[in-house]
Amino acid sequence: MSERSISIDRPRSLGRFFFQWEWLLVLIFVIVNVINSALSPFYLDVGNLVGSTNSFLDMAFLVMPMTFVIILGNIDISVASTVALSAVVMAVAFNAGLPMPLAVILCLVVSTACGLVNGFLLVKFKELSAVIVTLATMIIYRGIAYVILEDQAAGHFPKWFSFLSWGTIAHVPFILFVFAGCAVAFGLLLHKTSFGRKVFAMGNNLTTARYSGIKTDSVILVVSALTGLMAGFTSLFLCSRMGSTRPNVALGYELSVIAMVVLGGVSTSGGSGRIGGPILAVFIIGYLNYGLGLVNITANVLLIIVGSLLILSVLVLNVRLGGHRRPAPPAAKVIAAGKAPDEKA
Amino acid sequence: MSGETKAGATRARVMRSGESFRELGLLVFIVLLSAAFQLRNHRFFTIANIEDLLTNTAILGILAVGMMLVLITGGIDLSIGATIALAGMTSALTGVAIPNINPFLSILEGMAVGLVIGSVIGLLVARFKVLPIIATLGMMNIVRGLTYIESKGQWVSSYQMSAKFTALSTGTTLGVNNLVLIAVVIFALFWYFINHTRTGRRIYAIGSNPEAADVSGIPRRRLLWLVYATMGVLAGLAGVLWVSKFASAQGDTALGYELNVIAACVLGGISISGGSGKVSGLVLGTILLGMLNNALPLINVSPFWQQFIQGVVILAAVLTNVAVKRNNQRLALRKREI
Repeated sequence: MSERSISIDRPRSLGRFFFQWEWLLVLIFVIVNVINSALSPFYLDVGNLVGSTNSFLDMAFLVMPMTFVIILGNIDISVASTVALSAVVMAVAFNAGLPMPLAVILCLVVSTACGLVNGFLLVKFKELSAVIVTLATMIIYRGIAYVILEDQAAGHFPKWFSFLSWGTIAHVPFILFVFAGCAVAFGLLLHKTSFGRKVFAMGNNLTTARYSGIKTDSVILVVSALTGLMAGFTSLFLCSRMGSTRPNVALGYELSVIAMVVLGGVSTSGGSGRIGGPILAVFIIGYLNYGLGLVNITANVLLIIVGSLLILSVLVLNVRLGGHRRPAPPAAKVIAAGKAPDEKA
Repeated sequence: MSGETKAGATRARVMRSGESFRELGLLVFIVLLSAAFQLRNHRFFTIANIEDLLTNTAILGILAVGMMLVLITGGIDLSIGATIALAGMTSALTGVAIPNINPFLSILEGMAVGLVIGSVIGLLVARFKVLPIIATLGMMNIVRGLTYIESKGQWVSSYQMSAKFTALSTGTTLGVNNLVLIAVVIFALFWYFINHTRTGRRIYAIGSNPEAADVSGIPRRRLLWLVYATMGVLAGLAGVLWVSKFASAQGDTALGYELNVIAACVLGGISISGGSGKVSGLVLGTILLGMLNNALPLINVSPFWQQFIQGVVILAAVLTNVAVKRNNQRLALRKREI
């Protein structure tokens, strides 16, 4: 019995599978572009394609931290409310006389604080599933935004602020540079650092991760804070694009973001996924939207397409993994993965 | 051996008392809140106002019953807002095409639409093992898109609806508003179903331990399908009633309402991780949320505070629940040591 060998290699088939999944996304992306360019002669124009990214990239900042959250086996539905609250605070503070650079910093501070509150609740009350916690804070954050601004709009931002979303550097939108930077940073964090490995470990098995000496609480807090910070980025770019803000801004973003992450091949049971998939999904849905808009197909059709893609992608995942997969746990169990072993209710 | 069973019994008793404590706490909170409302505005405890409150809460209650079943199985349904819109829009458009259609046929039509949507979700979850949150998120998008397409972006407004159709929810039977009556009947029906039928008890079983349920020969897949189909039917019913009550069918009817329904369930003590929850708690949770939704303007609280207060109450209820549970477990442990 002394010849026990332990392999730390990932099973090869799994690695191949992820490779294939992202190729499938690339394929969908190509198909979307081919269909779009067949539908409209104005579509296949590099200038337009690059230039149009500013119309959908603001939401994309949330996709990367959400990937972390879902790999952890959690979920965060309060992100859109965080965007609304930080946007409202920034606009009101600016209109009250705070200089814009300080207002921008305030926006990021508020959004990070929102994220930290979520993280704190999750860490202190491990029995609670992330759905419940973020459902409550989602209502509260949006509620605070309504209390502050009621049914008014606030804005009149200075001219340089609109550069964030509308400005270009060598015909490439500024927002694309920022997004690329963030994507690289998050990709490195997830795949090349010990922090990223800890996130995967916690998503696979929280109990084992804790007993292996991972400070699970601080990982959750950091991920929550990052989610908040990126919500602040979204809020900045959204305000810059729209020129003003209202308490009901970014309504429903959370579900679109989750849909993109899942479409990107990140498993909602936690523990698996790569940053590239969700980023591809952002561009697939973004260009789908842009292309359909060019040929006057309404956003409603897009709703149906996104919904079908979401369900189909998960169906394909399930069929593809077939018998190798552990039985799919019910959603709530997945979400309650933050539960401590000794606190079984 | 006997000591162990005794400890087990004590623990069970403590847990049970914890659960009733929770409900009692909720009841006390509702009473205190009502008293506070009454102090601020003497019109709170009038028949007319109570009836208003119940009428406005009835649809939430109908949906909460279905959501309770879904949550007990450990699932979640995010698609019901869209189902309400599609069912309501379909029945309203039929009403426009056939002005003197029997309103009960409209209701059946809405329920049929809901049944189809619920069945598809049930199939995805039970047969293809798609996680409920993903399946219903996808269906939410699809159904909402279908609603916009079906209506071509138009509204169906009150002048296009027959008096019989709007009377569905504004009319009374035996002096009680129809909506309230329907909600009460549904609560009673499902109370019996979930507590006193074999199928009802099995729903708890598949929620608290799916593997054990499988091993005991419970047809888990069929039950899961049944639960989502039931949710769909109830959402379809609620859709018709919604359109009849507000006398308007729009593409964005009930947008985001699913979260209200889930909040009512959570307030009522239904665990989102499945396996537990009672109809009595659900009634209290629904009434509390209904009060927060409808009664705040009565005491001159700005409607803009409504969401914030709602959220704080939900968070407080959930956190108190955890605190009580922890305390119970500590007590149970201490008793076992003696």
